[in-house]
Amino acid sequence: MSVLVYADSSNGSLTKNAFEAANYGGQFAKAQGTTAVAVVTGSASGLEELGKYGISKVLHASDTALDQFDPKKVTAVVAAAAQQEGATTVVFAHDYSGKAVAPRLAAKLDAGMVTGAVALPNGNVIKKAVFSGKAFAEVEIKTATKIIAVLPNSLDKVETGGSASVEPFSCTLPDSGLTVKEVRKESAELSLTEADIVVSAGRGLKGPENWGMVEELAKELGAATACSRPVADIGWRPHHEHVGQTGIAIRPNLYIAIGISGAIQHLAGVNGSKVIVVINTDAEAPFFKAADYGIVGDAFEVVPKLIEAVKKLKA
Amino acid sequence: MKILVCISKAPDTTAKIAFTDGNSKFDENGVQFIVNPYDEWYALVRGLELKEANGGTVTVLNVGRADNDPIIRKALAIGADDAVRIDADTNDALYVAKQIAHYAKEQSFDMVLCGKETIDYNGSQVAGMVAELMDVPYVSLATKLEMSGNVATIERDIEGGVEVVETSTPFVLSAAKGMAEARIPNMRGIMAARTKPLNVVAAVDAQEATAIAGFSLPPAKSGCKYVDAANVEELVHLLHNEAKAI
Repeated sequence: MSVLVYADSSNGSLTKNAFEAANYGGQFAKAQGTTAVAVVTGSASGLEELGKYGISKVLHASDTALDQFDPKKVTAVVAAAAQQEGATTVVFAHDYSGKAVAPRLAAKLDAGMVTGAVALPNGNVIKKAVFSGKAFAEVEIKTATKIIAVLPNSLDKVETGGSASVEPFSCTLPDSGLTVKEVRKESAELSLTEADIVVSAGRGLKGPENWGMVEELAKELGAATACSRPVADIGWRPHHEHVGQTGIAIRPNLYIAIGISGAIQHLAGVNGSKVIVVINTDAEAPFFKAADYGIVGDAFEVVPKLIEAVKKLKA
Repeated sequence: MKILVCISKAPDTTAKIAFTDGNSKFDENGVQFIVNPYDEWYALVRGLELKEANGGTVTVLNVGRADNDPIIRKALAIGADDAVRIDADTNDALYVAKQIAHYAKEQSFDMVLCGKETIDYNGSQVAGMVAELMDVPYVSLATKLEMSGNVATIERDIEGGVEVVETSTPFVLSAAKGMAEARIPNMRGIMAARTKPLNVVAAVDAQEATAIAGFSLPPAKSGCKYVDAANVEELVHLLHNEAKAI
């Protein structure tokens, strides 16, 4: 009956998405009159903080074999934790780690699964984003055990102010047949999928040499930088910055699009953003239809002024 | 090397998203269907490149009904050697995964390549489920795949970076952008595709674990509030005080 949450960690601390999953699991457990338990794998500290979002207990599988993220081993740990706790719902974040582990677990437990959930379950029915954010589906899970992967930044956080107890947890770990050879972190750069604010630019900037002001604006706002597909394709910006239907889908609180016309494929990757600002010289650019705020104007004049105005606000 | 590439049918990326029958079905009226881009551009093309470099075969697998045959022929035109369609409806990821896993195990493929998700349901589920059902390694969101004998070196996206992993055949992989460059079928490929084998096999018994109860569209934006280009401070003011976004 209880709810189990997989809380992902990176470099020894819980990720932003771990708290999102905890928030979802905590709220759902409360609505069901049951408890929410979290499971964490590998070296990590600060786990009691999950209590803030309604997690009563954290099972910490700290075997050093789990320090390298290995989906098959993590799946075994989550399955064993679910069994110990008698969990009938297992919650993940629909992110890189969740996508690697949750489907394995669903198959292992023969459980129905909904990914990209944007709301708490209504009975056995869960609302999820489909068509790259252009629509929603209500999906019924018919099995007794349910796996739910929550779309980041889709549910308001409810702080309950508690502190979770942390218990060691261990189980037999399978041999996965997978070896991690190398991990390359983009140092210092803010992760695009976790950023609250994203500043993005497109062909309207005319050349890669003009990205300085985009980066400066992002720095002032504490934002990550992104770009449109054409800009990544012609090599002005790295591919990992490409947001859109075939690039990365993001859901920040604020998305600022500079010199991007707003093709339907680009919108599909950003339409989950809470607030969209569009700056474009072309008043007819389709992006304005999806925007909350717009400036029709030349980016080379508007953006420097914007940087100054943000500096003034922060001062 | 025996390579299996799983392909889904998906509406064209520019398709209008609308629903019929009391919002219970996707409105296919006027919609052009394509091979799901992640399956075609990345999984299929990388499979073909590996075959061209190392020899072997590329089989495309689709779970679906006969109206999927045109997109299966497209995959054959791009260069797959043969195709299999498991004749079943596709309402649930676990059900589909069980069909694929059963076939892949039976035919002992060296690798199963899928796209990272379909652009309609956005599940990111089937490939991982197939791996678990086959009890083989699964590498999700892979952006690079190199083979040396039966050893695979794979790069995958992780939060804020890239991970390089090594595994050996058989394995399952879901492909993301970066894995390969899209190919356009040429006339010879299109002609050849007509006579390549497309075998239809019956589905195995399995339960559907989920069902779609209905669809809805997001509420329309209330409209864009325009700020004069000469008054940029006003935008910052609105973002701070009204939208509370900065």
